[in-house]
Amino acid sequence: MGPLLGLIPIHVMQYVIGVLLILFGMRWLRKAILRSVGVVALHDEERAFAEETEESQRRARDQRADYLAGIAAFKAVLLEGVEVVFIVIAVGTAHQMTGYAALGALAAAILVLAVGFALRRPLSQVPENALKFVVGLMLTAFGVFWTGEGIGVEWPGADLSLIGIFLFFTAVALALVRVLKRSAAIDQAEVAR
Amino acid sequence: MNMLRLAFREIVGMFVDDGALALQSLLLIAVVTIAVEVLAAPSGWAGAALIGGCAAILASSVYRAARRR
Repeated sequence: MGPLLGLIPIHVMQYVIGVLLILFGMRWLRKAILRSVGVVALHDEERAFAEETEESQRRARDQRADYLAGIAAFKAVLLEGVEVVFIVIAVGTAHQMTGYAALGALAAAILVLAVGFALRRPLSQVPENALKFVVGLMLTAFGVFWTGEGIGVEWPGADLSLIGIFLFFTAVALALVRVLKRSAAIDQAEVAR
Repeated sequence: MNMLRLAFREIVGMFVDDGALALQSLLLIAVVTIAVEVLAAPSGWAGAALIGGCAAILASSVYRAARRR
């Protein structure tokens, strides 16, 4: 797909990818903020794995195991694969470096497999929401930057303005978390009275 | 067919969680694009509108969700 992508004007590609990144990033960021303030329950990887395992075993007894296993594998690989392709295109098209971005993704996949195997126990303790918070901020910042580039916005400081956009959204997200936590505390105090 | 429908739904779900958040974001981008491409709005205004608009949309979506709990 690399050569085909090269035929699409760069500003069109930046615009389309930028819009998708805004949708993708804001969705992640929203969920991470809501998890930080306790509106949405924190994602527990171990519990999720136990539930999925139990669900798979229950379905296996339904004589449709092959079909369901196929759907589960298809869904997981397709979704994760689309996310990787999406990020590779987003990162690579900025300066015609899709090949390097794909190599980076491949190297990351191998590294993640190796590290994941070596550290499978302690990894389940990593605060997942903090990771998602940062990824949501990065995707939103990249999305705004590229959407702007796509319509001809001349960002002050060119690529360096990405850092400013990232810091702005970080400040907004942290302020939202703080305000919502304070508001929840006030609500609880009023209920307790 | 079911598998394709499921996959399609999952892919849409990657981008759309809160429908209002997605719709308002798309509206903001459309307005800024029209302002720049058709009305020749200044580039600096467009950048500021994108950043400020996205932050405002995010804040309103988060507040709505927090109030619903």
